[in-house]
Amino acid sequence: MSDNNGFKTVIDSKHKLFDLHIKETLGYKDLIMLTVKKDFTAKYKQTVLGPAWAVIQPLLTTFVFTFIFGSLAKLPIADADGSFVVPGFLFYMSGNICWSYFSTTLQHVSNTFIANRATMGKVYYPRLVSPVATALSNLISFGIQFALFFVIWLFYIIKGGTSLAITPMILMVPLTIIQMMLLAIGCGIVISSLTTKYRDLAMLVSFGLNLWHYGTPIAYGLKLVPEKYLWFYMFNPMTPVITTFRNGMFGFGYFNSGYYLISWAITLAIFFVGLILFSRIERNFMDTV
Amino acid sequence: MDQIMIRVEDLKKEYKLGQIGGTTLRDELQRKFAKMRGKEDPTKKIGAKDYTAGETFMALNGVSFEVKNGERLGIIGHNGAGKSTLLKLLSRITAPTEGRILLNGRIASMLEVGTGFHPELTGRENIYMNGAILGMSKAEIDSKIEKIIEFSECRQFIDTPVKRYSSGMYVKLAFSVAAHLDSEIIIMDEVLAVGDMAFQNKCLAKMKQAAEEDGRTVLYVSHNMNTIRQLCERCIVLSKGKIIFDGDVEEAISAYSNTNVDSVTSYINLEDCARPENTSATAFMHSLEFLDSDEAIFSRDNAIRLKLNWTAKTDLKGVYFRMILRNMLNSPVGLIQSELIGDFSNGETQDTVFEFDPKLLADGRYHLSIALYQKGSLGNSMALDHVTKACSFQVISKESELADTLNWTHTWWGSVMFPQMRIIKQED
Repeated sequence: MSDNNGFKTVIDSKHKLFDLHIKETLGYKDLIMLTVKKDFTAKYKQTVLGPAWAVIQPLLTTFVFTFIFGSLAKLPIADADGSFVVPGFLFYMSGNICWSYFSTTLQHVSNTFIANRATMGKVYYPRLVSPVATALSNLISFGIQFALFFVIWLFYIIKGGTSLAITPMILMVPLTIIQMMLLAIGCGIVISSLTTKYRDLAMLVSFGLNLWHYGTPIAYGLKLVPEKYLWFYMFNPMTPVITTFRNGMFGFGYFNSGYYLISWAITLAIFFVGLILFSRIERNFMDTV
Repeated sequence: MDQIMIRVEDLKKEYKLGQIGGTTLRDELQRKFAKMRGKEDPTKKIGAKDYTAGETFMALNGVSFEVKNGERLGIIGHNGAGKSTLLKLLSRITAPTEGRILLNGRIASMLEVGTGFHPELTGRENIYMNGAILGMSKAEIDSKIEKIIEFSECRQFIDTPVKRYSSGMYVKLAFSVAAHLDSEIIIMDEVLAVGDMAFQNKCLAKMKQAAEEDGRTVLYVSHNMNTIRQLCERCIVLSKGKIIFDGDVEEAISAYSNTNVDSVTSYINLEDCARPENTSATAFMHSLEFLDSDEAIFSRDNAIRLKLNWTAKTDLKGVYFRMILRNMLNSPVGLIQSELIGDFSNGETQDTVFEFDPKLLADGRYHLSIALYQKGSLGNSMALDHVTKACSFQVISKESELADTLNWTHTWWGSVMFPQMRIIKQED
């Protein structure tokens, strides 16, 4: 910008495609942290069990899964061939906590503009703060769930008698969590950008997430998917995330570096398309929302 | 050192009229496909113009101005003149359609008090939350929190969730946060309309001080001319998306009053005005005209003369005229009755000129509800013709009076300003 004559800020009618406000968003880190704190405290105020609720939900889901998919439907709970022994409860729980993080974050982020309309209509702050804060505050719930998962996992490791093992793959776990977060934010901001104009998509989100859930190996092992459809199945970026997470924690299972990289590529592509779309929409969304 | 803090260059903002964004994806796709096949838009109303060429409305139509540091600029204009749009653009809530804004410093915008307040959080937590939204860092708030709590007069309740606050406390707390921002530019949109008088004055004083001592720039939008007078040193008048006046506050206020074309004109045609259903229609008022003035703005020491043109629709005995004055808050101020006008026979058309004294009326705008009536035997009035919202006029203080009168607040003080008390005696 050459012609802004020493002015610090320029509000222009033209928008640059790659003006993503990332640096500005980072400058509001205090706001992000406070929003995370607010989300978290406000969520559990006036509840008796408080943050325990973060645990109750995935635990119950896992019980139901163990019963229905494990005991009744007897779906395979392994991602790859081989005779591994894995406690069903742990298997379902691993999928559930990941999915619950992904789906709640996506859902909340996709609602960003509409949920924060009152605030955003009155004051400027980098709009990206909201999705990032949402993703982080859900990460706290995920952390609590993961801690519980970790305790159960530790119990089985010490007890022995299963194929659980600690391998170098465990180092992949943080990476999968980051990928999950980026993917959830990415999809969420794409949807939130489009919902400012088309409310239809908001309807589609919960329904779409349901379908997506079935298309991801959470209630069953990847082994269930026939080999010839696998390549197509792996285009779902959440599949490698889940299987890699499980592989990392269990020390066995499915991992294909090719598919894994593709899923990262898809994740990043969605994330950046989301950022570009978001920074475009945020300029004028108050007029249409 | 005079530094330009805000420069607005030919700013325009266009809104689409009608349904903005209220379409569904299906409609949009249908429209696209139809266009691709060269067919007519299937979603548009029959006979309507092409959707894409929809009508637009320029909320701001080429606004340019500059504000220096330490300046306190008031922005006034009628509803729909573009004030809020201008503030929205300045505070980056929405982007301009054309033109640009150059800023030299952080902006703290208070378009609403308590933005981002969460009812479940305590006052203290909300100070942090609100401060962060307005762009303060945590360290900055830490260093100011004592001052903020002090200013808000809410220390006792600071660790109570704000959902238990009274609305006044809520506003005080919210304003305190905003008032302690370190931003170089402060934008306020009538946030002072709430809160009690004492606090209002405290806020205005604080803003004034911020501008005078720290050289901060204050932009203030209000419909309350008194607060504009109190705070601002320069004033912009917006009308229909354009600046029609930029300069001295008093001149701006009179320029603003002049834009009131439809409501304080001196001549009012009453023929199409709404009348209550139970009006007997035994007389008909055609027009009302304020004499001696082109516009219905008066100072309180001259009598106001008005001319009523009316026709008797039947033989009438003992006709009177009366006006109910209502203030801007629509509460009745009082009733003015005329002397007996006389007896009239069917079809007679009269120009009756009345005169009344606005001596006791405080500054402000008054609406008139007028009626011709006959007095019933029980002292009741029987309306012959009645127009409930006939017109309005404005009473203003003369410049010479401003020195020893107060800025009038109708909400608290009513609309009657009694003559000043005389001082009979004074002892040490």
